Amino acid sequence: MTTATTLRSRHLLGITELDPEEIDLILQTALAMKEVGTRPIKKVPTLRGRTVFNLFFEPSTRTRMSFELAEKRLSADTLGMTTAGSSVVKGETLADTARTIEAMSPDVIVMRHASSGAPHQIAKICRASVINAGDGMHEHPTQALLDALTMIERKGRLKGLRVAIVGDLVHSRVLRSNVLLLTRMGAEVCACGPATLLPPGIESLGVRVTTSLDDAIDGADVVMMLRVQHERMHGLFLPSVREYFALFGLTAARLERAAKDVIVMHPGPMNRGVEIASEVADGPWSVILDQVANGVAVRMAVLYLLAGTDGGHE
Amino acid sequence: MALLFKSVHLIDPAAGRNGEFDVLVEDGRIARVDKNLPADGARVVELPRSFVMTPGLIDIHVHLREPGQEHKETVATGTAAAVAGGFTAVACMPNTEPVNDCAAVTELILKRAADANLARVYPIGAVSMGSKGEALTEIGDLRASGCVAISDDGRPVKTALLMRRALEYASMFKMPVIDHCEDPSLKGDGVAHEGATSGLLGLRGIPGAAESVMVERDITLAELTGGHVHIAHMSARQSLRAVRDGKARGVKVTSEVTPHHFVLADEALATGDYDTNFKMNPPLRETSDRAAMIDGLRDGTIDVIATDHAPHHADEKALEFDHAPFGIVGLETALPLCIDRLVHAGVISLARLVELLAPNAARVIGVEGGTLAEGAPADITILAPDAEVVVDAASFRSKSRNTPFDGWKLTGGVAATLVGGRVVHVNDAILGRRDL
Ligand SMILES: [Zn+2]
Repeated sequence: MTTATTLRSRHLLGITELDPEEIDLILQTALAMKEVGTRPIKKVPTLRGRTVFNLFFEPSTRTRMSFELAEKRLSADTLGMTTAGSSVVKGETLADTARTIEAMSPDVIVMRHASSGAPHQIAKICRASVINAGDGMHEHPTQALLDALTMIERKGRLKGLRVAIVGDLVHSRVLRSNVLLLTRMGAEVCACGPATLLPPGIESLGVRVTTSLDDAIDGADVVMMLRVQHERMHGLFLPSVREYFALFGLTAARLERAAKDVIVMHPGPMNRGVEIASEVADGPWSVILDQVANGVAVRMAVLYLLAGTDGGHE
Repeated sequence: MALLFKSVHLIDPAAGRNGEFDVLVEDGRIARVDKNLPADGARVVELPRSFVMTPGLIDIHVHLREPGQEHKETVATGTAAAVAGGFTAVACMPNTEPVNDCAAVTELILKRAADANLARVYPIGAVSMGSKGEALTEIGDLRASGCVAISDDGRPVKTALLMRRALEYASMFKMPVIDHCEDPSLKGDGVAHEGATSGLLGLRGIPGAAESVMVERDITLAELTGGHVHIAHMSARQSLRAVRDGKARGVKVTSEVTPHHFVLADEALATGDYDTNFKMNPPLRETSDRAAMIDGLRDGTIDVIATDHAPHHADEKALEFDHAPFGIVGLETALPLCIDRLVHAGVISLARLVELLAPNAARVIGVEGGTLAEGAPADITILAPDAEVVVDAASFRSKSRNTPFDGWKLTGGVAATLVGGRVVHVNDAILGRRDL
């Protein structure tokens, strides 16, 4: 693999736009950033004088905290805004929002939005680097990158790794970004969920699709459980929590089909007793807290590569 | 003053003409069509040999937005866009504010059309009061005040019973029910065709079946009632199959397709910049659906090409893909797209294209026109099939610019448009400073 030293794009909108060398660059940079978190003074001057806006048009606690911590460790000036709902609710167009922000000359905009593609639309208008912190049902690139970092730490590789991703696939931006990243890096991905929650055309990305959890877990090195939103239950997607857990809930007994040293991941927040049993969430297989720690390192790496004073895009 | 077009290439499928003729226009009507007509005091017009004279084109599916949404379009701007696009008549959908569900609204639209004095306007009345899907409108009164068809376009007729009654009742007045087919529960909050592209972009999907289940239902009801159902903006291959089967059984079903549904497929969205000018309803479907529409144009399953001209203000389109309104403008891009993508691409002949845009359109809504036979109104479109055209949304006569075709280079344009023998549009870029 040739080594990339910069990212081609000014933005990180999705894994779609990254090639394997760039993914590798971000992961290598993140490993270096992890070291900062172990120092007594957890701060480097890399982004001093740079302004980062955290625009969350959809509430999120963990992703926002993770980005803020990453920004602070890099000494950036940060400003945050959380508003529920789209621009249309406020009677303002997305373009107006973008121009208002642009007038304050931020260097980086970290954006979470309930509508797929909203960061892409903002990126067309703004000069700042836009980092997609999750858009609708589309992508969540930093989540996939932190998941990949966690897999590399635990398994030493991505190539050839057998990864099962289980849950509400159609509504999941985590699924989409993970599938794109893992297939691009040579992992074998199996996506598993109820037939009412399968995304159309997912097979075209080179993943195996199954509705049997046992089939998905069989021989897996990694099992990634996705959150199932409460509103999907008791409706037209799923009949009940009880039946969902019986068919798709991850228990210690079911994990016996996996590889001996299987790891279990979850992007959080978890629904214990819905998609995952507590014995698994808190058990020896779980790397869920590693994921959280790696989230900060990956976001530091992305911020550094997009806006750092050396190597960044001026 | 009389006008004599000398040795013009005339394509008039309804009159069985495709060749060089002299065409004499007098008192707003076609006086004579023959070889070697004497001028007899008429002003003689000679056109470049590559030009083609056709009956005035008729767009049976446009949204003129007046009354109520004049920031998007008015009858005046919409009919200006129509004649600039080569259309001498348009039929306008009733989803205005208020809905065109009574004679007063119909009369207002016709008054505005008379004031604008450009294209002919044929209002389409609502099926149900307020297009709410509950009670039938006074269809007889709508007919008497000038409506040519009924439709709840944009709001599919939810219950089979109401559709049944509409078909029965409208048949007394020989009016078609123009059917926006879409099962609301299957559409849900979808914004793009359900398929690999929507899956990749994380956009909520609308399956082709959302359209075809209602097409199937309403063809069955047309069969039951003997009424005429016209399937608007058909987009899914399953719908085409249903129409083909219905026609084979002798059901009174006709159908239309828009240029964007035979030119574009959902892959156009995959550039990933979430351009809301690619958001329309029905959505751009898969390449196999697009191919099916082309088959339908060729084999006669599709009767009419109509634009579904749906103007929206730029501010309304400058929203998230989820929240922007559905629809694109079509009047000023239809002809170049049709000539380039159907005729020059070898899909159908120019004569067949004219059939789809003029006589068939007139037949579906039961209006005069669609031919340049002697005695017919002198509604004339003059095409320049070899003209190089660059779509320039900024220069549209329409009030709105919501088109995905801006900047496209196409071969085929409109040189001039005449309504009732009067020149209402001349494209200087194509015609030069020639007098018409
Ligand atoms: Zn419609």
